[in-house]
Amino acid sequence: MDFLWTIVVLVVVLAISWRYLGSYMAAVFDGRVQFLAWAERPFYRLLRTGPDQEQTWKRYATSLIVFSALFAALGYLLLRIQGSLPLNPQHLGAVPPGLSFNTAISFLTNTNWQNYGGEETMSYFSQIGVLTVQQFVSAAVGIAVAIALVRGFSRRGSDTIGNFWVDITRCMLYILLPIAFVAGIIVVSQGAVMTLAGTVTVHDSLNGVTQTIPRGPAGFMGPIMQLGTNGGGFFDVDLAHPFENPTGLTNLLYIVLTLSIPFSLTYTFGKMVKSVRAGAALLAAMVIIFGVWVGFTSYSEHQPNPAVAAAGVTAQPTGNMEGKEVRFGDTTSALFDVAMTQTSDGAVDGANDSYNAIGGFGLLSGMMLGEVTPGGVGSGLYTILLFAIVAVFIGGLMIGRTPEYLGKKIQAREVKLAGFGILVMPIVVLVLTGIAVSIHAGRAGPLNGGPHGFTEILYAFTSQTNNNGSAFAGLTGNHAFYNVVGSIAMLLGRFAIIVPSLALAGALAAKNIVSSSAGTFRTDNTMFVGLVVGVIIIVGGLTFFPAVALGPIATALSHKFYSVMPLLSHAGMAFSHLWAVLR
Amino acid sequence: MATALLNIRRSLVAMVVFTVFFGFVYMFAGTGVSQLFFRHQADGSVSAEGSTLIGQNWNGYSTTRILHPQWFHGRPDSDDPLVATGKPGESASANLAPRSEELLQDVHALVVAWHKVGVDPTTDLVTTSGSGITPDISPADALVQIPMVSKATGVSAARLRALISHETRGAELGFLGSRYVVVLQLNEALAKLEK
Repeated sequence: MDFLWTIVVLVVVLAISWRYLGSYMAAVFDGRVQFLAWAERPFYRLLRTGPDQEQTWKRYATSLIVFSALFAALGYLLLRIQGSLPLNPQHLGAVPPGLSFNTAISFLTNTNWQNYGGEETMSYFSQIGVLTVQQFVSAAVGIAVAIALVRGFSRRGSDTIGNFWVDITRCMLYILLPIAFVAGIIVVSQGAVMTLAGTVTVHDSLNGVTQTIPRGPAGFMGPIMQLGTNGGGFFDVDLAHPFENPTGLTNLLYIVLTLSIPFSLTYTFGKMVKSVRAGAALLAAMVIIFGVWVGFTSYSEHQPNPAVAAAGVTAQPTGNMEGKEVRFGDTTSALFDVAMTQTSDGAVDGANDSYNAIGGFGLLSGMMLGEVTPGGVGSGLYTILLFAIVAVFIGGLMIGRTPEYLGKKIQAREVKLAGFGILVMPIVVLVLTGIAVSIHAGRAGPLNGGPHGFTEILYAFTSQTNNNGSAFAGLTGNHAFYNVVGSIAMLLGRFAIIVPSLALAGALAAKNIVSSSAGTFRTDNTMFVGLVVGVIIIVGGLTFFPAVALGPIATALSHKFYSVMPLLSHAGMAFSHLWAVLR
Repeated sequence: MATALLNIRRSLVAMVVFTVFFGFVYMFAGTGVSQLFFRHQADGSVSAEGSTLIGQNWNGYSTTRILHPQWFHGRPDSDDPLVATGKPGESASANLAPRSEELLQDVHALVVAWHKVGVDPTTDLVTTSGSGITPDISPADALVQIPMVSKATGVSAARLRALISHETRGAELGFLGSRYVVVLQLNEALAKLEK
């Protein structure tokens, strides 16, 4: 019953945010929100740019890539010299090279995959000056790309798609900063820590226990990491940590923060292309898939854990509590983790690795659908627009007309770019998983044995390529192999989709808008929603089914218990065979 | 070439400004506001005996026997063993799979240990949490421990039941999350009762 109320509140809050945050964001990117213009103007003067200096898609993309490359280099440098920087009360030394590289890429790409435990690796300086900054910036870059693509649809005969510098600045200043700051105050009032004073040591005279408890400025990192669908927390266990996510109220707040921008951007889209119905159609496709996944994942986690049952626990009325926090409970934890895997956020409030087989499948497959339901901030919208273009193309083939979307003719170039953007992710995930299970360095990673060990590897690459950062944390990722290969996955998953999306924006902006006629294929009705859902499920389902069959499905159908390792090499061999057959 | 240089210059300026403003100014302002209005929470909800948000081990770090039946116990991993050595406690979960032989063994050992002290354990008492440092158990987890605690302390079962219901909190606004008992607060109340 409590779970139902949680869902009701969530739906109401998100509906309000969809309408009002959505239209506010449209106003921000149209330049109609000006109350901090006094802070913006000197900054643009310093950059020698401004809202009136529009960029072509190539200029936009170049700015984005140069900026990202240099920012990653700065992040790497700061992590390497952490030991000599201030704000380091625990006297932590430099972060090792491989790990620094992986972490710099991870936060740059909005992935927040973490091959380290925050409290014993990162100084306050690194948490603030490297990680938190990127949680603002990478989110703003994602949203900027989405807005640029939307401008491609809304403009006609234009060779420009906006100004990168202005878009990211406005996004951070008017959208991310105020919301994160208010949420930070609420989270701290509930019990999150927010101090620069270092660890505290307490001695309990009742039981004789002496504790040294790590603290830090976690309370304001949580909100921006969730609002920007980053997901990389201050502490090792992320939002399962009571100092970062102290109560059921903060747990729901974090879910709302994560889902609000990705869902609301569909309204922003609708508003900017002057067809709120088209935005609502995309929203409907997102909500349908999201709802189904929340349903079966929560149901699975309400079932008993097989190992716990076999060990002699007679009843598990509270569901699978291995790896879950008592203050959240089974179903709410499942709701949280589904929200985080389907938004490219990747935060956890429990151990995803200990989910029942079907629950774990729910989390894994949510990412395999391409992070569009609703997806990361910005990345969710620009990726579902790629799916929408493919859906329009398929619909056009069915009725034998040149497809159009929002009055733009979808021709060979657009379909190629969209197809490329959609296929990058599955190709990278499957090839890298295949490599990992075929070589020794890759097989040394997983903690658990049997099909679950295979799932841990598959999950890691799915998560990183989708820039999610969620982890089946049993995988030991801080090795040269996973640090380097993981970084490649994250870079391809981010920029090999951003560049085609911007190219698409440029191609579309140059076109004229043709007026619709009776024969036009409608893109704002139930039929189109069904088509988009179908394309998302079919692309995800067909490409990943063989791999999923070897992982969570094998675990679900199994009646055995597995020790670490031995069966994993079998999974690896089976996968190599399958790969050979598929080729 | 000129555009490339301009892009690099813009990037460098933007990086510095963003790092200062969205990193340090944001976090320092947040720390200031938090310390001003919510000092107790911002410092980690610490009292004389510990933090109400960080678990403690009430079992003497044994995974095979219940060593201190006079206290209510938390979840088996509620305090990372590192804490005992004086090194800052790192949060971590066990991450064992639902069909893991190791999980089966660990849980079985705990079930046997609880049965020895006359308690039929709930799921929470034999499984690990997500954070590895959780201070909470559910009211049901506390209720099943009553026979053990009552026998060891001499406090009647009825008084222990009243104690548990008095210390139960959670489910913010009546429906958010689950109801729970902070083991530290429960045991502090128990110690007061015995005096």
